Amino acid sequence: MAGADLDDILARHLGREGALLPILRDVQVAFGCVSPASEAAIALALNLSRAEVHGVVGFYHDFAAERDPRPEVQICRAEACQARGVEALISGAQAAAGERVLLRTVYCLGLCSVGPSARVGDALHARLDAEGLRRLIEAA
Amino acid sequence: MRTVRISDDALARACGADAVAAEFARRGATVERVSSWGMHWLEPLVEIEGEGWGPVTADDVAAILDGTCDKAIDRIADHPFMADQQRLTFARAGKTRPLSLADFAATGGWAALERARAIGPATVVEEVIASGLRGRGGAGFPAGIKWRTVADTPGARKYIVCNADEGDSGTFADRMLMEGDPFALIEGMAIAALAVGAQRGYIYVRGEYPDAIRKLEAAIPLAAPRISPFEIEVRVGAGAYICGEETSLLNSLEGRRGEVRAKPPLPAIAGLFGCPTVVNNVLTLAAMPHILAEGGAGHYGGLGFARSRGTMPIQLAGNIRHGGLYETAFGVTLDELVHGIGGGTASGRPVKAVQVGGPLGAYLHPDQFDIAFDYESYTAADALIGHGGITVFDDRTDMGAMARFAMQFCAAESCGKCTPCRIGAVRGVAVIDRIRAGGRSPEGLECAPQMHNSRKTGRSQAEEVTLLEDLCETMTYGSLCALGGFTPFPVLSALKHWPEDFGLAPQSGKGMAEQTHGI
Ligand SMILES: Cc1cc2nc3c(=O)[nH]c(=O)nc-3n(C[C@H](O)[C@H](O)[C@H](O)COP(=O)(O)O)c2cc1C
Ligand code: SF4
Ligand code: FES
Repeated sequence: MAGADLDDILARHLGREGALLPILRDVQVAFGCVSPASEAAIALALNLSRAEVHGVVGFYHDFAAERDPRPEVQICRAEACQARGVEALISGAQAAAGERVLLRTVYCLGLCSVGPSARVGDALHARLDAEGLRRLIEAA
Repeated sequence: MRTVRISDDALARACGADAVAAEFARRGATVERVSSWGMHWLEPLVEIEGEGWGPVTADDVAAILDGTCDKAIDRIADHPFMADQQRLTFARAGKTRPLSLADFAATGGWAALERARAIGPATVVEEVIASGLRGRGGAGFPAGIKWRTVADTPGARKYIVCNADEGDSGTFADRMLMEGDPFALIEGMAIAALAVGAQRGYIYVRGEYPDAIRKLEAAIPLAAPRISPFEIEVRVGAGAYICGEETSLLNSLEGRRGEVRAKPPLPAIAGLFGCPTVVNNVLTLAAMPHILAEGGAGHYGGLGFARSRGTMPIQLAGNIRHGGLYETAFGVTLDELVHGIGGGTASGRPVKAVQVGGPLGAYLHPDQFDIAFDYESYTAADALIGHGGITVFDDRTDMGAMARFAMQFCAAESCGKCTPCRIGAVRGVAVIDRIRAGGRSPEGLECAPQMHNSRKTGRSQAEEVTLLEDLCETMTYGSLCALGGFTPFPVLSALKHWPEDFGLAPQSGKGMAEQTHGI
């Protein structure tokens, strides 16, 4: 189960310079969160205190303490996408998402000339209008 | 059959390039996936023997093949958007397959690295200094001087760190370069390593760029034999804007919280793991192959305006008709960029404001559009060119809301190390809200007789404005880094030029915010 995967991740990165961030990233991807139990195991493996590991986990927006099982749609709401009208799409997006889909605000996906833009997994979407975003959320 | 060239850049893909490529392939065409020309409003752009069509959908494919498609733009290289550019860093854009070593070598790849090896580190550093290249990440520090410092600092271990965190809204040149010409970045890093005596390099890429990460991870092993014994590794960020600040980035690479470090020591002296470290932006490093080519430094230094030498890959973004990548020598005016090259707004409405330099950059009013693209000219106007992003807003924009957003962004992304930024940004949001609400009167608990120290009189709107200006001054002068220090730029520029969007009388904002900073 999870314990074995965590060992794999640790084994893959131990000995690398600055191994903590790559480990946390892989843990977040594998489990959808960095749980207190993972924090403890990572701290032990890297010879750090749990507080140190917890402090790092808490600093970065991409690491979550608890897994949210819902599909996630990231919507860019930074300046250039605002200039292209993303704010007008938000209430419709929230209605489409309901409780089923997790909407997350991100700041810039590097598609600032063709926004509003969104990301689902590693797939990027641009030139979204209300209808396009709704379909994206419903398919998530 | 003729070869069809379609970009595999993330932006082209987000606009549907994969489906177009698949449709061409289904119809028997040979498809080559190349980098993007940077004409984003035309993506997905299809090229066949130099002729272009865009923006193309899968439904257009049949018509393109039988010559009846009305989306033709004729010869891409002659397009007005392309014809006047000076593409040095982006010389290969649109022309090569990003992961083809053959394409790279056929277009002059590795020549600068070979030459750098022949002329030796000291001459390399001299040439970079002579080129006048300044860091493209935002601060504009002379690249050659930084390299010389690292070269002159003794150390058994030295590092080259490429800052590919590109968090600024309105910017995407780093992304395009990494996805479109990864070997050029690798060559630039290898030149840096040679110049300063570094053994290892890291590329710190933001997690929001999955395509760039994939391309770099594929390119590095291919290029490894060319750059050996120098080694490069990709490290992926975790969603913190502040990790673009170089010392925060170094902490992050070391596996720590991305808190900003006080300087000195400079990273050039004590950087990654305490070792002498070059931290350069993607565009700074990717400019090196041109600069280190025979005669390159002189050519580069011969272009530009005042103390801004060479070319800048400018990014046209937001509500603009012709958005994309425009590389040109410094000195171009904002009016040319926005109204000439950019074609005005995408919505067809009047331009209200332009934010240059990302979330920490000032909002410029159309009255200021004669400003030349140059580090010092922007500094003199209480603005910055930053990483070269230009975000256009039309007349429907509420600039009070944009000012509030700037404070909110600063509050969300603050590393928390210093008070003016961590607390000030939160207060800034509240003060802007109160200005927009017309001031405030004391309420609830504040009015209780026991609350001896609470303010019993209200604050007028004008007093709230003064408070905001004081707060901005504190942030400007009291913050450790430019996140807290520059957030006042967008806030005060919005207040100055568009007071009516704060619920103030038009013009009452003029004169205010005038006394700001000279950082
Ligand atoms: C809040 C903040 C964010 C920054 N973000 C970036 C960034 O995303 N990319 C970058 O290259 N530089 C960024 N910088 C500038 C870096 O601190 C540093 O000046 C730069 O990486 C040095 O490289 P250069 O000399 O090649 O520009 C940022 C600075 C601050 C204060
Ligand atoms: S200004 Fe903000 S981001 Fe910069 S060091 Fe201070 S708290 Fe951190
Ligand atoms: S601002 Fe939305 S993609 Fe850059």
